[in-house]
Amino acid sequence: MALSRLSLRSNRFLKPTPTLLRHVSTDTTPITIETAVPFESHLCDAPSRSVTTSSSEILTFFRDMARMRRMEIAADSLYKSKLIRGFCHLYDGQEALAVGMEAAITRKDAIITSYRDHCTFLGRGGELVDAFSELMGRKRGCSNGKGGSMHFYKKDACFYGGHGIVGAQIPLGCGLAFAQKYNKEEFVTFTLYGDGAANQGQLFEALNIAALWDLPAILVCENNHYGMGTATWRSAKSPAYFKRGDYVPGLKVDGMDALAVKQACKFAKEHALKNGPIILEMDTYRYHGHSMSDPGSTYRTRDEVSGVRQVRDPIERVRKLLLTHDIATEKELKDMEKEVRKEVDDAVAQAKESPVPEPSELFTNMYVKDCGVESFGADRKELKVTLP
Amino acid sequence: MSAIIQGTGAATALTTLNSKKLVARSRTSLPGVDAGRRKRCIVAAGSDASKSFGSSSLLTLRHSHKLFANAVATKADTSATTTGHELLLFEALQEGLEEEMDRDPHVCVMGEDVGHYGGSYKVTKGLADKFGDLRVLDTPICENAFTGMGIGAAMTGLRPVIEGMNMGFLLLAFNQISNNCGMLHYTSGGQFTIPVVIRGPGGVGRQLGAEHSQRLESYFQSIPGIQMVACSTPYNAKGLMKAAIRSENPVILFEHVLLYNLKEKIPDEEYICNLEEAEMVRPGEHITILTYSRMRYHVMQAAKTLVNKGYDPEVIDIRSLKPFDLYTIGNSVKKTHRVLIVEECMRTGGIGASLTAAINENFHDYLDAPVMCLSSQDVPTPYAGTLEEWTVVQPAQIVTAVEQLCQ
Repeated sequence: MALSRLSLRSNRFLKPTPTLLRHVSTDTTPITIETAVPFESHLCDAPSRSVTTSSSEILTFFRDMARMRRMEIAADSLYKSKLIRGFCHLYDGQEALAVGMEAAITRKDAIITSYRDHCTFLGRGGELVDAFSELMGRKRGCSNGKGGSMHFYKKDACFYGGHGIVGAQIPLGCGLAFAQKYNKEEFVTFTLYGDGAANQGQLFEALNIAALWDLPAILVCENNHYGMGTATWRSAKSPAYFKRGDYVPGLKVDGMDALAVKQACKFAKEHALKNGPIILEMDTYRYHGHSMSDPGSTYRTRDEVSGVRQVRDPIERVRKLLLTHDIATEKELKDMEKEVRKEVDDAVAQAKESPVPEPSELFTNMYVKDCGVESFGADRKELKVTLP
Repeated sequence: MSAIIQGTGAATALTTLNSKKLVARSRTSLPGVDAGRRKRCIVAAGSDASKSFGSSSLLTLRHSHKLFANAVATKADTSATTTGHELLLFEALQEGLEEEMDRDPHVCVMGEDVGHYGGSYKVTKGLADKFGDLRVLDTPICENAFTGMGIGAAMTGLRPVIEGMNMGFLLLAFNQISNNCGMLHYTSGGQFTIPVVIRGPGGVGRQLGAEHSQRLESYFQSIPGIQMVACSTPYNAKGLMKAAIRSENPVILFEHVLLYNLKEKIPDEEYICNLEEAEMVRPGEHITILTYSRMRYHVMQAAKTLVNKGYDPEVIDIRSLKPFDLYTIGNSVKKTHRVLIVEECMRTGGIGASLTAAINENFHDYLDAPVMCLSSQDVPTPYAGTLEEWTVVQPAQIVTAVEQLCQ
């Protein structure tokens, strides 16, 4: 181990090229790490606390989370300079959820989430430039600029958005799981929702159907303890969201620990493919307010926020892990962060340059083949007339 | 816009777009009630279809993958098709649904009591036995959730047919229909299509009470991104059902509780109706009466009286509630210069209100009299039979209205 470190260091001296992968360990030998917080389970056996991972995976966590964090900070300043308008819901603090989930699943498993979707989009392989363009309403955006912050989608990566109405994505997610079962695919759907949405009736309706029909649906409650301005103890009689499924098994996970999230998601995928739906409650936290119009300090103290940042920050955790296990040095990680920052800044600059949609785009994609104003033959193949 | 409304000239120009003279003729010439020349629409389905085709000579001229729509229907009792089978409207819907489910394994049905029970109006009778529980799904009573599930499934490529046991129950799913069903294609920049069909019976029945006599077309009509059609005869019920399932857009198919037992002879061969086209029920000269769904029958009843009194009304079943077939309607208005709309929607904010606005906006120069709209009263439907009768438009009122307009 020491020998390999030495060779790493000497490589750095000999070849000072500023590529990202220069000093990143591509070591994939398995390492086992214990999660700090045990899992709490309901109606099922909790998975083991020992997570199998590797140096390269942990480094990927770090890089991806740093990128997500930087993206959200950049979005914050773009919003304040009025380049992003409307609603902008930021995910910083919750990044561990997005990267941990991605590590456990494939791109054929579906993910659907709410309006806090920037980082999930990135995790699914979305480009920074597409994200920023969409936020700024440019044509280059992932939804051609017509969706906005709350409507990021990426069909080829099975990322189904991006939904503005609280809880409306839950039945959609169960529908995705139904389609997976109908097509006899061995994939699952992760339906993400928040602690606020956990009180929606449609959650329980959809859960009932999913359990009844044995759908491979995994409902993930991202419990960041505040539904906009209302704390969980003020909105839910039973804040144990993983138990609220009643007849559906549940698992409570430390959502700030990317490895715990990975373990839980892997466990959940296996469970869902065999036994039907399962609820995962991710105990996480958001540093920003609910959205950019919410200062985030009227319903919680600044001390609370900074306390969580000091003790539970997901990126710091991974950094500590990397340093203790000698996978990377302090300086290497700082360099990585600098590179990520540059990546994000470049993407922002590129997005700022990209053009706004054409005025004719107002009417495109209303209908397939835009037959709201055109009348097609019954097979939609030939145009018959353009209606006034 | 006005360039389109140029009568036959525009139509012939359009024939160059599609070389099917059959279709062009059905649009421009307003054929008389000559059942012998009734144009059957022929479907040359793909290689997996096993239906027998009609023996029209036109079939040989067409490419095998093109379909045609037949917009012209004669009055039900004068249909003189030599081949064909007689059935009731709900059986026609079932036939259409079954044919589409046979044709495309992605089509599934979900709704309350559609499976083992056979459907509360028997539209899905026998389908669960034939296709199994995974394709004909009995859902629990949660419209919001199962409509959302249908839409989620459609995002991946399945084609669910979502049944609301009564259209009024779909109000519980309004969020899913409006925000997700209608808008996802747009907000995702075209990435996802939502080929769902949402169908169910609505309208005023026989003393069903206020909550079960709702006409939801007025609530749904301003949702961008959806198409709405209303069927009224077994022929167009089957055709519209099939077209709606094949459409890549979300379609809401409005059926009517009282029309399920209508009997008509429909062709044996496969056919589809055009989703955006109106149906010319009775050509005429004096006045255009626009109607849809159950009111078509009240209008035809009134038409008998009117004909005896010497009037010649032109009756068009608009069928397509969103978007309106302003092409057919426009041609008619230009001919008769008087319009009467007879609908079952409420007066305020109903389909008739929108149609009045559309006609006034587009055809104002051709009108000799203000557009008159007869609609239901703005009241919850009462239970008492006599009162309920007075909430909807009756044939006598239609006759009076026509006489008033044609003075």
